[in-house]
Amino acid sequence: MPSMPKSQIICVNGNDFVDEVIRQGSKVLPKEDVATLRACAQCGKCTGSCPSGRRTAWRIRQIFQKVLLGLRTEALSDEALWDCTTCYTCQERCPRKVKTTDIVRVLRNLAVREGHMREDHAKICQIVFRYGHAVPINDDTKVVRKRLGLSEIPPTVHKHPKALEEVITIIDGTGFRDLVTKKEQPK
Amino acid sequence: MKNYAFFLGCITPNRYPGIEVATKKVLEAFDIKMLDVEGASCCPAPGVFGSFDLETWAIIAARNITIAEGMKADIATTCNGCYATLQEANHLLKHDEKLMERVNKSLESVGRKYQGNIQVKHVAEILTGEVGLERIKTKIKNPLSNIKVAAHYGCHFLKPSETRMHGSTENPTFLDEMIRTLGAESVNYKDKGLCCGAGGGVRSTKLDVALDMTAEKIDNMIESGADCVTTPCAFCHLQFDRGQIELNEKFKKNYQLPVVFITQLVGLAMGMDSRELGLHDNAISSESLLKKI
Repeated sequence: MPSMPKSQIICVNGNDFVDEVIRQGSKVLPKEDVATLRACAQCGKCTGSCPSGRRTAWRIRQIFQKVLLGLRTEALSDEALWDCTTCYTCQERCPRKVKTTDIVRVLRNLAVREGHMREDHAKICQIVFRYGHAVPINDDTKVVRKRLGLSEIPPTVHKHPKALEEVITIIDGTGFRDLVTKKEQPK
Repeated sequence: MKNYAFFLGCITPNRYPGIEVATKKVLEAFDIKMLDVEGASCCPAPGVFGSFDLETWAIIAARNITIAEGMKADIATTCNGCYATLQEANHLLKHDEKLMERVNKSLESVGRKYQGNIQVKHVAEILTGEVGLERIKTKIKNPLSNIKVAAHYGCHFLKPSETRMHGSTENPTFLDEMIRTLGAESVNYKDKGLCCGAGGGVRSTKLDVALDMTAEKIDNMIESGADCVTTPCAFCHLQFDRGQIELNEKFKKNYQLPVVFITQLVGLAMGMDSRELGLHDNAISSESLLKKI
């Protein structure tokens, strides 16, 4: 079924939390994209399309319902918010053109600010702070690289300590390190 | 000869250097030089770092883009994650002056400035687009005529479609056309568009959920008679390759489906040596596939 053109979508939903999500998201994403949140009609096509929802407690329609009802704490503390693989199937299929997956990222940004973050995610951050890569080089791969005729150490931050310093300066400058380090990490 | 800034990311250079070497060799055969992006970092991963703080995600992405801008070369990636981050951040920055100003204020602290004068591309896009299937056809020395390939596009190459602009996300065809150009059969299989399971930070926090999706995909590929899975994404490649080992160890399965990156498959059809393409460096053996070629 063809989806509705943007111009015909009537945006009706609103409350303080919806405004907060739009404010937070539109710092980086286009405001009109995040504001599509207001157009959600709770049809459930998103959950019906969701491969993670078939195996976990993640219910994307339900999280949007919580947001639209202004249930801030319930939405941001929902642990299943982190089960989305960001495959974008729901966003592509949404008949109201709601930027569902992008809004999930915004909700996660707000959740992290409330201290909700999985322990292993916090660990990945620490790896990036140390190496500049989420998956750093290891000895086995160095051997393979050499055998394939590549430099043992790739020409990335691994080879350039000054480049790693740049990354760290940026991370400390935005407060990102504090954001993901100081907060309580519920399991 | 055209130059590209080869953005390696994390998985390609640090886990699957075969993807790096195969990509360089294949593109060089078409007069495209893949230059090192000296000092590049993690892209950073879209579903992980984008989920934590979009602002920091955009600035680190912009820093990576500025290195390529300094090289006066468009970026080429071999991972859908890197592609997603760099392509999206580049798009957002080009369309939002205020964001660009803020990002540049932060980049000032490391002596950099984002200009917005290059493009971010995926290697699969370069191969099917500017190189083109007709030219690829002329270089084939070893048609893969006995091989059945299960194509896996990966989510972030195609989606979100409004930003990526690669056409249909429900029924894409470019990878299948590429496979057929190489002489192989591209098999149709159940839920072909399903995610590999790794993205969004799920692999790193709920491995069993990620593996359950991987198993469903691999089962469907095997059922269709596939000899291998081919993907244009280093992270999906890792999820299928290491994932099968994890499934075998954790759940006593016996998965053995070879995993071949798109440029490795092209290299094989061009008559390149499987060892030089890194096909013997996967966790899952490629032997069953190579025997048929």
